[in-house]
Amino acid sequence: MEARGIHKHFGRNHVLKGVDLTVEKGEVVVIIGPSGGGKSTFLRTLNYLDRPDSGEIWINGTEMGAPERGSGRMTLSDAGLSRQRRQIGMVFQQFNLFSHMTALENVMCGPVQVLKTARAEAMADAKRLLALVGLTDKEESYPGQLSGGQQQRVAIARALAMHPTVMLFDEPTSSLDPEMVSEVLQVMMNLSVQGMTMVIVTHEIRFARKAADRILFMEDGRIIEEGRPQDLVDNPRNVRTKQFLSIVTDEA
Amino acid sequence: MIWDWTAFLHYLHSPYLMMGALVSLALSIGAMLIGLIFGVCAAMMRTSDRRWVRLPASGYVWLFRGTPVLVQLIIIYTGLPQVGIQLGVVASALIGLGVNEGAYLAEIIRSGISAVPKGQFEAARAIGMTWPKTMRVIVMPQAMRIIIPPLGNAFNGLMKTSSLASVISMEELLRRTELLVQVQFKVLEIFIVSALYYLILTTLWGLIQHRLEAYASRSVAGDRASGPAGGRAAIQGNVAVPNDAV
Repeated sequence: MEARGIHKHFGRNHVLKGVDLTVEKGEVVVIIGPSGGGKSTFLRTLNYLDRPDSGEIWINGTEMGAPERGSGRMTLSDAGLSRQRRQIGMVFQQFNLFSHMTALENVMCGPVQVLKTARAEAMADAKRLLALVGLTDKEESYPGQLSGGQQQRVAIARALAMHPTVMLFDEPTSSLDPEMVSEVLQVMMNLSVQGMTMVIVTHEIRFARKAADRILFMEDGRIIEEGRPQDLVDNPRNVRTKQFLSIVTDEA
Repeated sequence: MIWDWTAFLHYLHSPYLMMGALVSLALSIGAMLIGLIFGVCAAMMRTSDRRWVRLPASGYVWLFRGTPVLVQLIIIYTGLPQVGIQLGVVASALIGLGVNEGAYLAEIIRSGISAVPKGQFEAARAIGMTWPKTMRVIVMPQAMRIIIPPLGNAFNGLMKTSSLASVISMEELLRRTELLVQVQFKVLEIFIVSALYYLILTTLWGLIQHRLEAYASRSVAGDRASGPAGGRAAIQGNVAVPNDAV
């Protein structure tokens, strides 16, 4: 997956000022930085949930949002964009589970509705994924009956059900009570060990240090510093990286 | 003569009036269906990003909510023939009531859709669902929870408002009540029966509406499983009540 020169404005606010990122298959990239620095916005341009004003996003050789060749269109159709999004799984800070469906139905929803998988097969797959995140006994529960940590784990299973090539995590533990953070991070850790390509925006520096192949520090719409976890966290080169890390790790 | 019990009890099961009540009911259902079609379309149009799609829908809502439905009915039945559009009584009543109702339903449906959290849309899109699929599978079922009570109230109101069709001489309950009074003269007895028939219709609908509301909220009832709604839903086997407290 590759992002080139991403710019984004919200009104007069220049939120992303030319961001580039290349992610190799199997890599775990973690983006850290202060709130309002554009991390989430950038993540959301990767699956075109927010359209960049300029720049390109490439995944597996296709450009996100680009009109199909020979279609004569200026922008990609809704159906085309939806098809592109199948390769990318996303986990949200607010979980966003479909509240009128059980956990099992939530996980099955993507395959059945989008991939047109047979119900029986989708159900078996969903049960397997829920077992993977440790929630077999909550299959028939509705999101309203689940704790935050449980909901987020279902959300991860739901994203995995689409068999994506890359998973995006937008501050997955920021809405969780502290005692539930580790159960979600554990699932994410397992996922990374199994070789899933992941781009994670988080404030969990210790997790980043353990799980990431590369950490990016983003502030004010730009990538300030980039490097291996041990380099960036232990010996940050940029003064702003240093400032941010000292504030954040003091609180830990 | 103050009150004629015999006459009252006689009119209570008058086939003439009962048919009138059924006609009122049919008229209400027909108008409601027409209203739902107009309402859903208008609601969808009003949530669009494009101005040229939003404005006609807003104009429709403004026009038909801003003028009395009685005036609309009379214009359709009595006024339109002047410009060459001749509609029968039933068609005029259905269209008049239906298009008017649609303007009110549009607002109800739109507020239901906007009550669904944005995150639901985003999660559906992130999985790769197209807009139509997102609306059909994720948004509308959740909007239903919000929409059904006011929609139910709207139907309740429509059943009573259908009596306005009597003005354009449609043979529904009120018109038949008036005709019967002209012949039989027992004014109070007949009108009370008429009112009772309306009351029976609205009460029956109230019971149905109650069940519909419970059904639409069953996934929410689950997290209040100790409460009456959750208990009822659990007994109906709709909700998996967790063994451990969450």
